Amino acid sequence: MLRYAAQRILAGIPILLLVSLFIFSLVHLTPGDPALLLAGDNASPAQVDEIRARLNLDQPLWRQFALWFGDAIRLDLGNSIYSGKPVTELIGQRVEPTLVLSTVTLILTVLIAVPLGAVSAWRANTIVDRLAMGFAVIGFSVPVFAIAYVLVYLFAVRWGVFPVQGYKPLDEGMLATLHSVTLPSVSLALVFAALIARVTRASVLDALNENYIRTAHAKGLGAPRILFWHALKSVGVPVVTVIGIGFATLIGGVVVTESVFNIPGIGRLTVDAITRRDYPVIQGSILFFSAMLILINLVVDLSYAAIDPRVRG
Amino acid sequence: MTNDSDPILDVAGLSVRFGARTERVQALDDVDIQVRRGEILALVGESGCGKSVTAMAILGLLPKRTARIDARRITLGGTDLHGASDRSLRRIRGNRIGMIFQDPMTSLNPVHTVGGQIAEIVRQHRGVDRRTARSRALEMLDLVRIPDARGRRDAYPHELSGGMRQRVMIAMALACDPDLLIADEPTTALDVTVQAQIMALIADLRRDLGMSVLLITHDLGVVAETADRLSVMYAGRIVEEGTVGTVFSRPSHGYTAGLLGSLPAEGKRRQSRLAEIPGAVPRLSDPAPACAFADRCAYVTADCRAGVPPVVHPGPGHRCRCIRPDAVYADLSQSDIVRAWQ
Repeated sequence: MLRYAAQRILAGIPILLLVSLFIFSLVHLTPGDPALLLAGDNASPAQVDEIRARLNLDQPLWRQFALWFGDAIRLDLGNSIYSGKPVTELIGQRVEPTLVLSTVTLILTVLIAVPLGAVSAWRANTIVDRLAMGFAVIGFSVPVFAIAYVLVYLFAVRWGVFPVQGYKPLDEGMLATLHSVTLPSVSLALVFAALIARVTRASVLDALNENYIRTAHAKGLGAPRILFWHALKSVGVPVVTVIGIGFATLIGGVVVTESVFNIPGIGRLTVDAITRRDYPVIQGSILFFSAMLILINLVVDLSYAAIDPRVRG
Repeated sequence: MTNDSDPILDVAGLSVRFGARTERVQALDDVDIQVRRGEILALVGESGCGKSVTAMAILGLLPKRTARIDARRITLGGTDLHGASDRSLRRIRGNRIGMIFQDPMTSLNPVHTVGGQIAEIVRQHRGVDRRTARSRALEMLDLVRIPDARGRRDAYPHELSGGMRQRVMIAMALACDPDLLIADEPTTALDVTVQAQIMALIADLRRDLGMSVLLITHDLGVVAETADRLSVMYAGRIVEEGTVGTVFSRPSHGYTAGLLGSLPAEGKRRQSRLAEIPGAVPRLSDPAPACAFADRCAYVTADCRAGVPPVVHPGPGHRCRCIRPDAVYADLSQSDIVRAWQ
């Protein structure tokens, strides 16, 4: 188990390196001279040279990468062109809403999708199954922002149960925070849940035909025990895999949702940075999302071993 | 049947039909089975003849949407199983009837420990706490002679060999002291040497625990060694039934005769090929009102196709669905295997 964990963690390092290389080349792949771009339209050649020297743009590429990477490891991602503040500080200020939104969404999704998929499989081809899967298709087909606006109209504008937009930080109390992220989380979860519910249904349906399920029936166990303890646990690996993959989609959804609900998270920071061509901030946000994705994949890999004893090497 | 004294399992007139409008399959047709207390009854027949369907019907495990079950009587020690609710059937399954299956490699859940899977059945039916169930699991692993039972209790199925897994299945099936063990081809998927060990274990446990066993098999060699009585099934009907001694010494149905003829003779080296039964099992959809074995039988006459043969009694406790039992016996009476049993 420990060896397996170590292997998985080590496997993350080259991926992070590759991602860094990509993020670094972002500035160099865009047309034009970055120094000119950064200096703005009315800069004198001396100013441009000064910027070029400050950003090490006069050095050979490999050296630039080494310097950039060295700084990145020390969490120095440069300063925002727009505000002049360090990128790390900007991201730090915006991390909380994004993490809260993603976590709440993830929990909601799993709570909705996994039981829904499992019960659909148990009641395959009945009205229960059709309704659940019909719901899943709708969730999958409608874009996040559309669901979000419908929910906002119903729950915020009409009934006033939840706020239309905005985010309450955790210092103002856990409940206030949860209240403020309910609508965005639910809209995101509905989309995300569809995929996981379908995969759960398919996996559990396969498992229900296995011989060990026949054994479980012959033991006189009840339906919930057979479904959740025997069938669902044995298909944990594919289900967790899809949850991990879905997380990549979720990050895209977070960017959109933060804009719709005006939540000051990293998604908004990224969108704003892109519209302002604030390259250091764009690089920083992408690096943040990539690191999160790698971390999630690591968690997924480790949970394989926790779920399925055959994976432990 | 002359001696029905106190059967633990009593099945009478069991018929099972699968499918709905398009194609009906008559899997079982008027099957009678009695397992007496303390005996091993072997249910013998080739693949697809309905042996496993019989077991699943007794346990109430056939899919309700596709299977139609009719029976005059299915009782376990006087308790009605045929009309029982799902709830009360669940209380009988695993508790009063233990079941082991053909393929131990896939019949245990790969993601739970073997000890946990044994403890689970104890907790389900006995309502005991976790610790008691765990120590019962250890006791059972010892009982089925798994070496280092304490260490194996927390092992996962993939860490055990096929024979060990079948022992775990037996331990699980017997954990609640059932009255009846149904063993569906328990050794088919195992190595020959392991087969003998598992059969010996089942026979010993039957003796030590005083339970009854319904042993489903296609192997007459296993029947000869371990069973007390046998029921021969063909195409969803019981065609011959009696004690192992009676049926082996006086086979009276063409199908039984064919099965006996395809056994290798004990003791001597056979130079000749084993005899085989020509043809294949008939389709079970729309069965003709005739002896289902007529097309493959060596003793067939025109009368065999005139209707389903009635039950005859070639001797005490010996039942047979054949119109020419004497012709079958007369032909086989001089064969080695029959003479060995006389």
